Amino acid sequence: MNSVERVRAVASSVPDPELPPLTLADLGVLRSVSVDADSGAVTVTITPTYSGCPALEVMRADLVSRLAAAGHADVRVQVALAPAWTTDWITDEGRRKLASAGISPPGRVGPRGPVPLVLSPSPPSAACPRCGSESVELSRFGSTPCKSLRRCTSCGEPFEHFKEH
Amino acid sequence: MSFDNAYESLAQDHEDESRWAYGTGFADPMSAVDRALPAGVDPLDLAQYCLMLGDDGLILAQRLSAWCARAPELEEDVALANIALDLLGQARLLLTRAGDVLGRDEDSLAFFRDEHEFRNVALCEAPDGSPGAAGIGDFGFAIARLLVFSTWRLALFSQLEASRDPVLSAVAAKGVKELAYHRDHAVHWTVRLGDGTDESRARMQAGLDAVWPYVDELFVPHEVESRLAAAGVAVDPASLRSPVFEVLDTVLPVATLRRPDLPGLARVGGRAGRDGVHTEAMGYLLAELQSVARAHPGASW
Repeated sequence: MNSVERVRAVASSVPDPELPPLTLADLGVLRSVSVDADSGAVTVTITPTYSGCPALEVMRADLVSRLAAAGHADVRVQVALAPAWTTDWITDEGRRKLASAGISPPGRVGPRGPVPLVLSPSPPSAACPRCGSESVELSRFGSTPCKSLRRCTSCGEPFEHFKEH
Repeated sequence: MSFDNAYESLAQDHEDESRWAYGTGFADPMSAVDRALPAGVDPLDLAQYCLMLGDDGLILAQRLSAWCARAPELEEDVALANIALDLLGQARLLLTRAGDVLGRDEDSLAFFRDEHEFRNVALCEAPDGSPGAAGIGDFGFAIARLLVFSTWRLALFSQLEASRDPVLSAVAAKGVKELAYHRDHAVHWTVRLGDGTDESRARMQAGLDAVWPYVDELFVPHEVESRLAAAGVAVDPASLRSPVFEVLDTVLPVATLRRPDLPGLARVGGRAGRDGVHTEAMGYLLAELQSVARAHPGASW
């Protein structure tokens, strides 16, 4: 592995502070890694999930400390706003980890068009991670900006759903 | 340098003023964004425009936060707090952009400007109706305001994505996805309460009536908005009237509510929120918003 690949491997393994089963790479938050050939300075670019996501600062600190532990003292973490993060960037591995953590993964969003006006509260389908039933009740917001809170009407269990974004 | 957890490294980052993780230390939330100013644009105009859109988010976030632990149900505490957090996140980016030009940071702009320096529309600062038994305003008002505000801001940000300013374009592109959830939430509550019991319908209609005098201001362009819109940087608010009413006139009949026919708030010598002229409620709101920062200037945590 050359140095960029080693740095990328370390940065990719940093867990998300609010969803620790997933890494920043699983979440699609890690955008790029570069290493200056002369100075060895590392630049990591991440992107926020939501504008107000308070986890961003912890991600930055985690990246700096993990890379420091791997011998990289000079690390700069940049934040890129554009293009805007989407749940479509969550990897298949990330989706699998979400499901095994009891959080139903987001559906595919696809290319964005005008925002449709929906008058009847019909939640996008999400299967209960416990019993697999698709009969669920919805609260559109949850414990973090990126999740909604749902309840399975078959087995009665509440569960979290990663919101399509 | 080796740390067991993120909190230690945050403290290490700021040895002179060590702080806890979710403090104010993210000095530059836009460090990898192309921040060059678009050609032919007055930097002070751009800063004023960022303050307008940023202050709208900041001030309504303050109002919405007051509902946390006082909303009708637990899920609603969580929902309104999440919406407030999204708006606050948008405000941080916009105030940082304004601060680039003005030589100030986001905290200085949020906590150390006085009332006449804020550029938000009055809709954001309005108290949530008359305080009820819980000591906070009426939920019908809160939902009516959120319906109007999120519909308006979603229409605005949808157009702003095409801005020649790369920062405004990026903030808008992220914001559209958040605002879509906000509008969805407000629409569903509006239909649920309006097309609900006699009591819920009456209070939803009363909330809408109380919000209505603040609506007209949303579509009146300030000279800064007009100049920047002509330069392809900003959105002319007059162009939002049609898409906003298209949504409201679809939602309100389904909710069995009528669109109020009430005059807008009187402007003061032709001026209003975008000029820094605010209603009585604004001073009280700022007193609460700014009290800790002003009692302990320079403090961090």
